[in-house]
This record gives sequence, structure tokens and C-alpha cells, in this order.
Amino acid sequence: MTGPANTARRAFLARTGALVVTFSLAPLDVAAQEGGASKLPGSLDKTPLLDSWIRLTSDGTITVFTGKAELGQGVKTALIALAAEELGVVPAALSLVTADTQRTPNEGYTAGSNSMKDSGTAIRNAAAQVRELLLERASPKLGVPADRLRARDGYVVADDGRRIAFGELGAERYAEVRAKPVSKLKDPSTYAVVGKSLPRIDIPAKVTGGVAYVQDLRLPGMLHARVVCPPGYGARLSDADVASVSKMPGVVNVFRDGSVLGVVARYEFEAIRAMRALATSARWERGTPLPNDDLFAALRALPSQEIVNADRQADTAPAARTLDATYTRAYQMHGSIGPSCAVGLFDNGALTVWTHSQGVYPLRASIAEMLRMPPERVRCIHTEGSGCYGHNAADDAAAHAALLARAVPGRPIRIQWMREQEHTCEPYGPAMLAKHTGGVDASGNIVAWTGASWSNSHSTRPGGAGNLMPAWYLATPFSQPTPKPIPMPEGGGDRNSIPIYTVPTLRIVHHFIPDMPIRVSALRSLGAYVNVFAIESFVDELAHAAGADPVAFRLRHLTDRRARAVVSAAATRFGWEGFTSPRGHGRGFAFARYKNLAAYCAVAVEVAVEHETGRTRVVRTAAAIDSGQAVNPDGLRNQIEGGIVQSMSWTLFEAVAFDSTRITSVDWSTYPIARFADIPDRIDVEVIDRPGEPFLGTGEAAQGPTSAAIANAIAHATGVRLRNLPLTRERIKAAIGV
Amino acid sequence: MIELDVNGRKHAIDADGDTPLLYVLRDHLALNGAKFGCGLGQCGACTVIVDGKAIFSCVTPISVLAGRVIRTVEGLGTIEQPSPLQRAFLDEQAAQCGYCIAGMIMRAQALLDANPSPTDAEIRAHMEPNLCRCGTHMRILRAIRRVAQQASRTSKPSGSQAT
Repeated sequence: MTGPANTARRAFLARTGALVVTFSLAPLDVAAQEGGASKLPGSLDKTPLLDSWIRLTSDGTITVFTGKAELGQGVKTALIALAAEELGVVPAALSLVTADTQRTPNEGYTAGSNSMKDSGTAIRNAAAQVRELLLERASPKLGVPADRLRARDGYVVADDGRRIAFGELGAERYAEVRAKPVSKLKDPSTYAVVGKSLPRIDIPAKVTGGVAYVQDLRLPGMLHARVVCPPGYGARLSDADVASVSKMPGVVNVFRDGSVLGVVARYEFEAIRAMRALATSARWERGTPLPNDDLFAALRALPSQEIVNADRQADTAPAARTLDATYTRAYQMHGSIGPSCAVGLFDNGALTVWTHSQGVYPLRASIAEMLRMPPERVRCIHTEGSGCYGHNAADDAAAHAALLARAVPGRPIRIQWMREQEHTCEPYGPAMLAKHTGGVDASGNIVAWTGASWSNSHSTRPGGAGNLMPAWYLATPFSQPTPKPIPMPEGGGDRNSIPIYTVPTLRIVHHFIPDMPIRVSALRSLGAYVNVFAIESFVDELAHAAGADPVAFRLRHLTDRRARAVVSAAATRFGWEGFTSPRGHGRGFAFARYKNLAAYCAVAVEVAVEHETGRTRVVRTAAAIDSGQAVNPDGLRNQIEGGIVQSMSWTLFEAVAFDSTRITSVDWSTYPIARFADIPDRIDVEVIDRPGEPFLGTGEAAQGPTSAAIANAIAHATGVRLRNLPLTRERIKAAIGV
Repeated sequence: MIELDVNGRKHAIDADGDTPLLYVLRDHLALNGAKFGCGLGQCGACTVIVDGKAIFSCVTPISVLAGRVIRTVEGLGTIEQPSPLQRAFLDEQAAQCGYCIAGMIMRAQALLDANPSPTDAEIRAHMEPNLCRCGTHMRILRAIRRVAQQASRTSKPSGSQAT
């Protein structure tokens, strides 16, 4: 059997690996995302035909296409706003088609807070260029120069009121027009749609029981499926009572291919009953053991690849105080509220999969490889699911749907994972360790800093069948490929590992550990959550050593105007200066620029620590966010509020538990997350709009700063520094010694 | 055959009595609101109202529901004519992925039906069983509070507004 367990076993047996050293000095900042001289803006560079993004028909219909997917982050509404703005129509006049391998551009994954930068930039420019084409075509017909015409409500309009509908301007004739590098974009000061809070188009169905999710699809003749998942990584199925289960009520098919086991039935609960009977009857050969004694020692003992991300020396005053500290984070899960789901239909040798995968094109390639089908015979259509927050089990469920659909051709097969499967089989956010050493001089300036981080890969996304979990268990299995580090400046485990502050002497190293004892992949913000937690905790420790106020200390070491603006805005909104803490309360602050090149976000929190129990509650939070031009400010605020609450939950409560054979976080009682009692009294988010500036993305900006702000507030409240995530009640109680 | 009263209509259901209500709502009645989240009564994505009380439909067998009044989010209002609570969720933009939201609305509706103007502490305590992973809690609370405040404005003549 293949999968992470095998590589782990190899590694645990070996324990000694050759150290491969690479040396890559990454730039601290990468500016030009709108494209250099010859590059086309955003995703237009890879998909340059205007018609791939904006399609007009002679009846006046306007359709916008994106290769990105709605994940609950509100991207559909924001993309429609951009197209509507440049085309001069109301948002309701447009329809939008999202990620679909048959209809939309290939924009890879909807991940990394890149959707507005990639797709938003492409759609905005494509819409502007289509508008200009329409004006040029209308010009001779109206006898008015194009630059004196305007696009309004689906017409090209002249000053004297004469107008021609878009549909009459030979819409089909721009189908082969390639985008130009530079567009005539609207002046942001004239925006009618962008920058105004627009109600999200997906919410009405979600609050009234409409068809909103892949879970809600009811295709004609559809059947329901469930699978039995292996009880541990690499476990092998030796036997299951297929014959008896086949005779159970409603059962249409019992599927077995190697250790992949599933049932297809008429109704969903019949499938569940049959799945339970099948699971009870199944006999497994145990898989590979898990490292459950000293996890971080085990991880550090694995072979690793050293990546030097920053190395500079400067002549400075010697450090008056030097500190060093080590920070860790346990494995944490995506924990979607709705277990992963997909619908597959195999018909006439072609497969269609409705999926909530973050990347329909990579998924198509992976499924095609797994089924040994040509990719053109596989279509993947993104359909919303429960929030995923990264690479969860969506792709695995899609693989199950593909396998089961091929076994029962001609009928749509809907598969949904059970809660225990979602909890135990998804790829987690990797456990990580970060070690920082730094010194401040006698005047309280940081003079030197050394940082090192250790992590598994933060992306094992399907780029092939070997990253689909079900494919590991087929009779003819696919092995998980050895992961490669995501290069900086984006980075994976080293994302945000370089302090953005003024530090004369700096050395930052990442230790990339290819062998994965526990299945891992991308969890919202990747390594940035841990690195920002570590760096921003450490900055507070340095500030404390320098006798400086944490906010003033940060400002003293920040030169970027926009960074300083969010730090000041969050501090002001929180009331940092005049803060007086009631007994047991503390204030904490943290800041990061996501990936050191995207959105700026600062978070201030007040916590209350219950001395007797260690129970910590975030009482209130104030944040400031600058993600460039704000397209839908309320959508942006919603993302930051949610990011703060989710990061608070990770920070205070969450750690995947396992013993030597299996994951033991099997449900919400064994993997607790934040509940209403834990929610702050208030969260204030200040959006710093930068009209005309490039989109920087928002979705992941709050994850890192929130964690450190909480740790810093706990330190302020109790006088004790906690460095191991999660900062549980038990750890806090133990640290304050009651 | 079990007769269920769902959103004011009676349905004869051909399913085993131990089938949880959730699957009957989704499969037999084609209602989308109640969601499968855990099947364990731990997350509240499946919450519906039975005889005025919020219940987990994923662990409630239909055998105990004959003759009882079942309400789902579809029974509150429609996209065209949302109920006051649905309207409040729209006004507050109280959803991210939204998978938990129908359950949140039904649990909150049960509270508001019994106590039209609950305090913030009462709202939080009542909502405790339901989980949201996107972190939309602040907006969910605001939406519920919005309806509670409307009720206290219309029904209470003086000074006892919920906060």
C-alpha cells in the first residue's frame, strides 16, 4: 500500500538522510502583478482571448467566465462587480460561470488569496477591452468618435441620447480577439459599483433552502453512495462481506477495488446502513504506525532539505539583549461542517464530476490518470460545497464519485463522506516548528535575527492520481509523489518566515521535510499562520526586552507606508493607547503582510484569562486590512471577521489527536472548535481602501496576526509566554501554575 | 408508511421508522435546508423545529414524529418573500459558505418563537449547540438580535429593549 504512511515508514526506518542543501535568496517583495511590459494582466496572460472571459450574444446576454470557484468567500459577487463596472451595466445584468473544465479558463486552484489578483484582474481588463471594442464598432454607426461614446446599461450611448444595443454590434466578431497588455480602465473615482458593498449573490438561496451546494444536487435517476475508509494510513482490506450487503434493502451495487470499498443504493440512508454493515464485516491488515510519542523530535529526525531564504550581514552595534525561543503548532484540520461530497455520471464512455474541489482542471487530470481515461473524456464542474479552507477531502470524494460512477454507468452517483471520514482522512495542516534568535541593541533597535522553521509540504494537491487518497488503495495503486517545496516568495512551510521589519543582520532558513508521517496539505494561509505566530510573538518578546510598547516597537521597525497605516489604524480603533486592563485581562497586537507581498493586516485583541481554569476568551478585537482596491468592502470585512474567528479557534482549541495506529480526532467532541460562548463581544474591521491599487487578496490575511495577537494578550494578562499551538486551557493553566 | 406534517403539509413516507428525519426531508421530500453535517447531533447543520423546539434531524427517527409539527427553513419564507429572520440574515450578509446557516436560522427561530426579544446572553446560550466553521458568528448574532430588537420595539412600550 502506498500513501504517506509508506514514505513515513521508510523515513522512520532510515532516520538518517543526506542533507540536500539549496540556496535560494528570494526577493522580499515582488511588485508587478499587473504584468510587466509584454505580459497580459492577471490570468489573461495564460488565456488571452477576450471571449474566454466575457461573452456577448446578439440578444444582449452578457456572460462572464472565471476559472476560480466560489468557496463562500464571495468571489462571484466581486467578479461580477468588476465586469459590471467596466461594461457599464448593473451587476444583475450579468451571469457568471465558474470553474468548469468544459466552459471556463484554466486558472489552476482557487487558493492563496489569489482570485482577485488572477481572475479579478483578467475580468476587469477583459471587460474594459470589450467595452472599448463595442465603442469602436458603434462609432461609425453613430457618426461619433469612440472616445465620445459611453457604455451604459447594455447600450453604447452618444451624448445626444442616440444609442445602439451591445447585441447589435456583432458580438460574435470579437470571439477571436486577443487581449492587449494595456486596457483603458475606468478611473476609480468614477466607479459606480466597485468599492460599494454589494449583497452577495449566493446568499439568498443559502438562507431559504434553495439548491446551493453539490450536496443539494438531485439529478434524474440519481443514486446515493457511501464508502468504507481504511482504519489507518496504509491499512489493507483482507475481507468484506460483499454478498450479504448486496442483498440489503435498496442496495444497487457493492464496490470493491483493492481496498476501496463502497456501496451504491437507492436512498441515502439505505447507503449508510449498507456502508455500516460493510464496515462491520470488513477485516483489515493494519497499516503503518504513527509517531505519537514525541512528535516534534520525530519530525526533526526526518531527512530534510535546507532552504536559505534570507542571509545578510551588517555592521551594527552589538546586541544588548539576545533572546531565543521555539514555537510549535500541532496538526490542525480544515474541519468543514459539511463532509465532502461529489456527484459522478459515467455515460457513453465519458465522465462528468460535480465537485467542490478548489481546482477542477488539476482534478480532471488526476481522475483521468486514475481511471486511465483521456482527459478530454472527463469533465469536472465546480459546484459549491461546505467551506473548505484549503485542500480538504473534496478531491478525494470526487475520486470516489468517479470510481463508483464508472461501476454503475448511466446513473448519477452522489457520494458524501461521513463525519468520521472527513475528520480522519482529510489532509491536515502540517505540524510545524519555528525557532527564532534575535538581539536588540542598547537603544532598543533589532540588530540581528536568525530564524529556522521545520515543516512537511503544504501542498499535496492533486496534480496527478497519486495525490487522490482513494487511488492509494486501488488494486493497482498509485503512490503519492514525493512533494516539492513551494518556492518563495509565496513559500509553503516558509511562507511569511522572513520578518518584514528592519533587521540589519538576518538569516532565515527553512527545513523542508518530504516524508509525511501524517497526511498533510494546504490549510488556509499554509505556513504563514505558524510563522506569523512565531515572528509576531517573538517581536513582542523583543519589545519587552527593549522595554518598548509593542505597537511603537513595530512602527519603529517598519518603513512601508501601508504597513504603518494598518498598524496605526488597528491600534487606534482598538484604543491601544488608553487601554487599562481589568484584572485577568490583557491586550495583544500583531501584524503581517501576507506572503510579504500581498494584503496588510493588523489585529489587536483583548483577552480575559480565568485564573483558576486557564480558560481564555477573546473579549474584543479590532483589525485593519489593506488589500488594495476594495471591490466589495462588506465582503472583505466578512472575510476578515471570519478569519479572525477561525484563527482564534485554531489558536485556542485545535489539535489533531492520534495514537500509534490511527487518528483519534473522529468528531466534534474529540476535535473541539470554537462555539458561540467563545465568540468575542465585538470585532471591528477597518477596511483601508486603496482605489486604483492592484488587488492583493484578502481570504487568508487575518490567520497569522490573530494567533500572535492572542498569545501576546495572554502574555500581557498573565505574565507568561506560551509558544505551543494550540494555547489550550490546560496549557495556560499549567503555565500560570495554579 | 408514516405520515409526517412538514411545513403545514402532510406527507405519507415510505421508509423504515428508524430512518432519521434528515434523510426523509432531503431524499423523499427534496428539501435542501437541513444539511448532513455529522449525523451525531454535534453540529446543528441539520436543525429543524418540531413542535416548537429545535431538534437535530440527523438523530431523530421518523417513528417518533407522527402527528407532530415539523418546520424547516423552507417553511419560513422564500427568496421572493423571506421571513423576518431570513430577511435579517440577508441584511446582515450573515453567511460565508452558508452550509450551517439553515440550521442556525431554525435554531434561532425556535428561540424567537418562544421568546421574541431575548437578551444577547440568551441568544448566545441558545445557539451554543450549532457550529460554524467560517467564523460568521458575529453576523449570525447580529441577524438574530436585529429581529429580537424589532420585536421588542413593537411589543414593549418602554425601556426594556434587548441589547
